[in-house]
Amino acid sequence: MSARPPLLTLSHISHHFGAAPVLDDVSLAVRAGEVHALLGENGAGKTTLMRIATGAIAARDGSVAREAPVAMVHQHFTSIPAFTVAENLALAAGWPHGGPRGRDRAAELIARIGLPLDPTARVDGLSVQLRQRLEIAQALATSARVLLLDEPTAVLAPREVAELLSLVRRLAAEGAAIVLISHKLAEVLEVADTVTVLRAGRVTLHGPMAGQTATSLSEAMIGGAMPPREVTLPAPGGGEPLVRLGPPLVADAPLVLHAGDVVGIAAIEGNGQRDLLRAIAGHRALAGVEVEGTTGLVPEDRGLEGLIGGFTLTENLLLAEVRDGPAWLGWGALEERTATLLTRWDVRGGTPRSAARALSGGNQQKFILGRTLGQAPDVVVAEDPTRGLDVAATAEVHARLRTAAAEGACVVVHASDLDEVRSLATRLLVMHEGVVRELPRDTPRASVGDAMLGLPA
Amino acid sequence: MNTTVVSRRAAVPDLVLTLGAFLLGLALLLAFLSVAGFDAAAGLAALWRGAFGSRYALLSATLVPAAPLLLLGLAFALAARAGALNIGMEGQFAMGAIGATWVGLAVGGWSPLLAIPAVLAAGLVAGAAWIVVPVVLRWRFGVTEVISTLLLNFVAEAAVSWAVTGPLQEASRSYPQSDPIAMSARLPRLLPPDRVHLGFVVALAIAAVLWVILARHRLGFVWRAVGASPRAATVTGRLPVERVAATVLLLSGALAGLGGAIEVSGVSAALYQNLSPGYGFTAIAVALLGRLHPAGIVVAAILFGALQAGAGAMQRDAGIPAVAVHVVQAVVILVMLLATRRRG
Amino acid sequence: MSDDAILIGFGAATVRVATPLLLAALGETVSERGGVLNLGIEGAMLGGALGAAVGAAQGSAVVGLALAVAAGLVAALLLAAVSVWGRADQIIAGTAVTLAAVGVTGLVAQRTFGSAGAGLELATLQPVEVPLLGAIPVVGPVLFRQSLLTYLGYLLIPLTWWLLYRTRFGLELRASGEAPTSARAAGVAVRWRRTAGALLGGALAGLGGASLVLAQVGTFTEKMTAGRGFIAIAIVVLGRWHPGGVALAALLFGAATALQYLVQASGHGGVPWQLLLALPYLLALVALASAVGRARAPAGLARDDQEES
Repeated sequence: MSARPPLLTLSHISHHFGAAPVLDDVSLAVRAGEVHALLGENGAGKTTLMRIATGAIAARDGSVAREAPVAMVHQHFTSIPAFTVAENLALAAGWPHGGPRGRDRAAELIARIGLPLDPTARVDGLSVQLRQRLEIAQALATSARVLLLDEPTAVLAPREVAELLSLVRRLAAEGAAIVLISHKLAEVLEVADTVTVLRAGRVTLHGPMAGQTATSLSEAMIGGAMPPREVTLPAPGGGEPLVRLGPPLVADAPLVLHAGDVVGIAAIEGNGQRDLLRAIAGHRALAGVEVEGTTGLVPEDRGLEGLIGGFTLTENLLLAEVRDGPAWLGWGALEERTATLLTRWDVRGGTPRSAARALSGGNQQKFILGRTLGQAPDVVVAEDPTRGLDVAATAEVHARLRTAAAEGACVVVHASDLDEVRSLATRLLVMHEGVVRELPRDTPRASVGDAMLGLPA
Repeated sequence: MNTTVVSRRAAVPDLVLTLGAFLLGLALLLAFLSVAGFDAAAGLAALWRGAFGSRYALLSATLVPAAPLLLLGLAFALAARAGALNIGMEGQFAMGAIGATWVGLAVGGWSPLLAIPAVLAAGLVAGAAWIVVPVVLRWRFGVTEVISTLLLNFVAEAAVSWAVTGPLQEASRSYPQSDPIAMSARLPRLLPPDRVHLGFVVALAIAAVLWVILARHRLGFVWRAVGASPRAATVTGRLPVERVAATVLLLSGALAGLGGAIEVSGVSAALYQNLSPGYGFTAIAVALLGRLHPAGIVVAAILFGALQAGAGAMQRDAGIPAVAVHVVQAVVILVMLLATRRRG
Repeated sequence: MSDDAILIGFGAATVRVATPLLLAALGETVSERGGVLNLGIEGAMLGGALGAAVGAAQGSAVVGLALAVAAGLVAALLLAAVSVWGRADQIIAGTAVTLAAVGVTGLVAQRTFGSAGAGLELATLQPVEVPLLGAIPVVGPVLFRQSLLTYLGYLLIPLTWWLLYRTRFGLELRASGEAPTSARAAGVAVRWRRTAGALLGGALAGLGGASLVLAQVGTFTEKMTAGRGFIAIAIVVLGRWHPGGVALAALLFGAATALQYLVQASGHGGVPWQLLLALPYLLALVALASAVGRARAPAGLARDDQEES
């Protein structure tokens, strides 16, 4: 295999945004038939490196050699929901149009890759798994032979992950060169031939996957031993009952969530977890959900739902309480309270009069958490609270949520990453097609995955 | 809309931008007039004479149209602050005028202390009533208020035409206009014989009230939050976004209707066709020039009042059609949109 | 008049008055598919009407049509410059474009035709009978004894469809209107596509204005388009952003307007004529209420191309 020439070679790449170095002398080569894992924590520079590889940005230093077209499959979907599969493929591939001839070419391509897609189907009717297949097909439609897959398994259930990984292997066997960006060690150990690990913009490990172990990889990623994933928490069920989930949400006995619980909800996108979370937070009605006490929500989309970017932080504090607040606004007192919140929650990079959009994502999230938890709600609902945050910010958000539970709140968390749910929660709920059931907290990962797909545990 | 939310601390909006945009609009109009072969210098001179050239020009010409422009500008800004676009002010103004005339004809025996409030209330109610259909269409069917308010302008025009040739036509039934409204229903002049009337003070008072509400009251904050981000207002603020939008649209319609009422009660004393020379659209320029801030809108309304007054003089003295002022309005709107658009 | 003659007269009038609406609405369909809601379409039509009148006053309908297209293009270019490239709010910018058109056409008309503009009488495009088709009973005189601009409208229905669904340009245009971010990721020059869509829309709106002057009223007056551009926008919604649907919706509005002639012809007194005048606008409101919910606007319509939807 090593006899084949590399299709993509990155040599001595260095890059910085402003004064902050992002990549420092990084080299990487991928050959046809090879699956190359690119590992690193959030902020290690993986995405920047891949954007340099596709030519989306130019490196400050170093060189890129592309022997074949390179395409990136992003984590967020780029297909157009109102278009058919054929139209999306035509758009990506540069075909004349998505009409009858486009449909034929799309069918041909889909058959060649072996994907279960209907060229005439509209994308907004497809499942998440199929939409992701379409993303891969779009990349291949550009006749790319180098595929950069950015965290492709984040949105998938374990069983779907297995299917995707076998597709990746097959594409490699047919001569593609694949870079798999991930931070999930088990997956890359299973599928990759070679590995490059980045930490803070530098290569800390590079070589064949053979001989690597989860421990060796995580040491390269994090530096030093991996922090314990499991954290000791008080036994569940101690506190006062606050949330009751009854039929039709549960198949048999109602589930009761208590003060002091950190309840993790695991589910694949589109199984009703969003409605459930919003119902527990009191934002909508859902049959079977009964909540006692006050609620607070940390919404999924910080920028669009949690904050008004153009408003000051003081105004954003007011936003959460204006509905039941006094008629006349005391700006002075509000600013003082905002200042206190910024100090207590260690929100950096802004004053009470700064626009919310001036803060970094991690600081925005700390502000939102501080605002929500500052109202001391009985039930805290957090939707994907660490999305896009770096390691330090993630750890801090987890700690704050655990503290809230320890102080007597019932914390309900959903994250798209199953490992995060498992590491954070004291109780584990799985939701499939609108039905919730509880699994023992020590249920093996694969069994949780099966439950997410509705299979018997 | 993309217009930057003016910080609550910015008591006086950037006057340099306001004046600059206005002067640029004027300059482009003059350039266009020259190219088109009109006597631009004579036009400018007439414009100045008509707007600020004398005590009469200021107090009997400029400040007279400034009053409805101020009310309509506030009407637009109020809705725009909350993310709704009322482009039907021309129609609400017309309906306010019909309502005011109808009541004004009927209150002959009343004291002015009752008759005038009754006439103004009729304008408020008629204006709000005229926007009920767009509000319902938006709320129940998701139809954007932009098109529905716009279409109703033409229906209102037909309604005025019907009123002045039908139920409200003057006694002799020969002219398309109403009889004069009762003397007791007419707004008094502030500085007789100059024509500026109490309606201007009413409009100023409403601007002050709105200013306080926007800066200090829960309601104003709720409006701004709904306008800045309906999603964050719904999720984080748990605010009833659609109900807020409906409320501001009704208030906006009411203010525009009040504009029609003060025009009848303070200026025309009767209902005519084409009572408004496009105030409903000029007011969009007024609101944007004032950066959706009540204080700024007062300044902008006087500037556009001057332009309206000057345009009359321009047509009389220099033979330049009064519609030319629309060019200035358009330039002002476009410049203000570009200058205050959201960046990023 | 016999009932048949009245019916044929009504049908022919429907198609005649639907023509400006059809042309403008097809143009607006293209523009909106690209994500540009053009409230300046009213101004583009008005500019087209004036252009046609100026050309016709010099004795040339062809020059008139060229001027009409040019005027529509200028109006659309202004909107595209400010809202697509300048990223300003499309709705307010479009309103400003219409205001500018009212002012400019008023000035130019005054300059060209003098204050006696009201008495202006222009040669109109006479109806041309299509051989064979024009001889079909009822259908012939209704559909095929019309001006050339109406036939252009007929042709543009399939052409617009072909452009949107069978060309690379149409695919990229629709992508720019649905999901500008994704379109850009696929290498589409979103702003250029949007600009092109808006310009096509402007040109057709200009032609629509021209047909109002040349094939309908034969004169130019200030603000003579009287909201037809805004009705065209409602037609696009009712026609579900699809050329075929738009054509049918345009006919419906043509019929609502032509009803005035029918009522006059059949001598129904009692109904205030202002009600008939208001009918198309009221119909547009009903159409919007009934169409929304069934149809879906392009997801990026009236949104900035950087905005997340």
